[in-house]
Amino acid sequence: MKRVVYSGIEGRSLGYWSMMGVLALFILLAAGSFLYMEHSGHHVTGMNNQIVWGIPHVFAIFLIVAASGALNVASISSVFNQSIYKPMARMSAILALTLLAGGLVVLLLDLGRADRLIVAITTYNFKSIFAWNIMLYTGFFVIVLTYLWTMFDPAMHKHTRKAGTAAFIWRLVLTTGTGSIFGFLSARQGYDAAIMAPMFIIMSFAFGKAFFLILLLGIYNLTNRSISADLIERLKNLFGVFVAAVLYFAVVFHITNLYAAEHADYESFILVNGGIYTAIFWIGQVLIGGVIPLILLYSPMFAHSVKSIVTASILVIVGGFANIYGIVVGGQVFPLSLFPGQEVSSSFGDGVVNSYVPSLPEILLGLGGVAVAMGLFLFAIKVLRLVPNNLNAEHTETTSEVPC
Amino acid sequence: MLIDRLKVRIAIVSVVLGALFATSFMAQSQSDAENSSSALNKQVTTGESCVKDTSWMRRNHMELLKHDRDRTLRQGIRPVDGSIKECVNCHATKDDHGQQLSINAEGEFCAGCHSFASVSIDCFDCHSTKPEESVVGTRR
Amino acid sequence: MSQKNMNNSEDKLVDAGVLSCQNKSRRNFLGKAAGASVIIAPGVTLIGISSAQSNTDVDGADSSKRWGMLIDTNQCAEGCNDCVSACQQENGWGEGSTDESHSNPEQQAQWIRTVTVRDKDTGHTNQLPMMCQHCAEPPCVDVCPTGASMQRADGIVLVDKHICIGCRYCMMACPYKARSFVHESLHDQKAYAPRGKGTVEACTLCVHRVDKGEQPACVESCSSGAMLFGDINDTNSEISKKLKEVGSTQIRADLGANPSVRYSGL
Ligand code: SF4
Repeated sequence: MKRVVYSGIEGRSLGYWSMMGVLALFILLAAGSFLYMEHSGHHVTGMNNQIVWGIPHVFAIFLIVAASGALNVASISSVFNQSIYKPMARMSAILALTLLAGGLVVLLLDLGRADRLIVAITTYNFKSIFAWNIMLYTGFFVIVLTYLWTMFDPAMHKHTRKAGTAAFIWRLVLTTGTGSIFGFLSARQGYDAAIMAPMFIIMSFAFGKAFFLILLLGIYNLTNRSISADLIERLKNLFGVFVAAVLYFAVVFHITNLYAAEHADYESFILVNGGIYTAIFWIGQVLIGGVIPLILLYSPMFAHSVKSIVTASILVIVGGFANIYGIVVGGQVFPLSLFPGQEVSSSFGDGVVNSYVPSLPEILLGLGGVAVAMGLFLFAIKVLRLVPNNLNAEHTETTSEVPC
Repeated sequence: MLIDRLKVRIAIVSVVLGALFATSFMAQSQSDAENSSSALNKQVTTGESCVKDTSWMRRNHMELLKHDRDRTLRQGIRPVDGSIKECVNCHATKDDHGQQLSINAEGEFCAGCHSFASVSIDCFDCHSTKPEESVVGTRR
Repeated sequence: MSQKNMNNSEDKLVDAGVLSCQNKSRRNFLGKAAGASVIIAPGVTLIGISSAQSNTDVDGADSSKRWGMLIDTNQCAEGCNDCVSACQQENGWGEGSTDESHSNPEQQAQWIRTVTVRDKDTGHTNQLPMMCQHCAEPPCVDVCPTGASMQRADGIVLVDKHICIGCRYCMMACPYKARSFVHESLHDQKAYAPRGKGTVEACTLCVHRVDKGEQPACVESCSSGAMLFGDINDTNSEISKKLKEVGSTQIRADLGANPSVRYSGL
């Protein structure tokens, strides 16, 4: 049984600083965009009274969903006692925190009155699923930080399992909450489905894992640490299962929706004649986010290269983004049905498919959220001892219930 | 236990900071109220007196407005003291050419004091800065 | 109601220490407001509003009431836009306002709009005004994280812009697309209809008029008599009698929001 030795990455190389530089640039651009949008009002965005949530929400929700999933590796190690994953638990937890932070930043900065943050966190309507989410996010920070503490402090090791279990349950609830933000909107055809909540959980597994894999493999590659092929194989297989599950849920979602006659219009919009939204579904979500990554992960042609795993992860992130875009924006462009079965028209876009073209500041704001998440993560792994020096068999196969 | 100690410390620090902040702020607004010359404040332009005496209003108008805004909006109680509409009706002035000025324009009733005390308000993001039309005709 | 009434009730508040105003101008103002008598559009009598008015003013919104509307789509004249214009003028949005010039039409406020409904099979068309339906179970109020979306005791659904954070979740939840988000700074508001950048707004049922015992501007403007306003809890009110007599529907009744605006002739 060998000790797992953690260390910060050196973080002094040109590569590290240029990465940080690029991220800082994106953060600055996002800050500028925020000030611009805040000052002029939302008329400078592509959003309007029909499409009230635009691309910033897509980024925010995507990051928040991924955050919960990023905790997966830690959960598996602590809750399901898979000791092979244990050395990676710290990274997994910290990634969950930084992704959530990135998502929340975007969500908050897109508010019409971002200056009223204090109102948002002090005045609650307890009936609102949105308010619940705010509490779930705050709780997530507290619990995951505690969890990290139990992992860092040898005296607290005995509580790791408990804290891990709490974090695991909390994040399931959290993602259910995120999914329910949409599931509760019964007025909109695209959202009114109970399956939204479990679907979001599965999505979180896949997206979070994709971020984790890219960062893990990237760090080990760039810092010349070694990682066992067996571990990579396991991570890859788990990832593959999640990606397939997301596809499966998409199929179930649309089939059950087709079954309900009142949703048939919406379904034919997304699946057949919705133009860009149909393309986003088939090309973005299904092909890029599902089919191609699965081929990369399982076809004997690619299956054993780290490169193909990283590529698959990137594709899953792109496809996942398309998936959330389809849900958030696709659900809004499709007209509300005021008079089912009748034709409606008005001066305010009743009965017609609306359009949404994201503006540059919105996109920059969203990208800024990703940059915040990544920047915080890179910073954390430099200053904290999060990354195991190596992930070879002799470290990972023991129970590694040893102090660091 | 560790958490408890930490909690206690955080609590103490925040109470102390809060108290410091509050006292300095109170001292400041006290002196503001006393020092403020009539040049700072535009004179009341209509009516005979305010809903409360001037020195009380200087210090507490925000509380009154806040208290009554909820009564008006949420409970539908219309006759209230703290009506921002009435502030504007009484205190907004006209320029030499008879043009109605916004109450939050530079040097005008609200802005005069607020920029002096550097307290920024967002009342007039939503609220009208000019008297009600019905008032303009009858009161001047 | 009389001016005397009004002042009396205020005195009560003074005695109770709630208010302590000793000013004449306040009184004058109140007197003036109270003096504005109930204006009723030709052909519409509103029983029950005026008698209970002092209540509404001093004790606030009355929970025994439920303000609502009945819209007769057969009367609503094709191409007529009077209710929309009246609302714009009254509440200071849209045409006639110098604001929102940077926003595109999809971003500009739409408190009320006319919708044309065409039966696909028969070709029969109807026009009707569409605005906040002041639901008894409003989805916007349920979802609002801060409680800014709220419902008064008398059923009027409002946005408390003092605490609205502009998250727009209420707009996602509204089945009627009745809410607008203000996309830029405004300067030309009406004193009784505050509205501003970054917050959400919608038809207020002209709450400032209703509290004075008047009718909403749209109802008053409708010359074809297609809009009837009143207390649907009061069995003696004009609107309740009419509702009892003619068949009416709630739009998207299936969603269970129980709107207070009903439509007949659909
Ligand atoms: S936009 Fe304002 S009123 Fe609407 S849900 Fe958000 S906080 Fe509530």
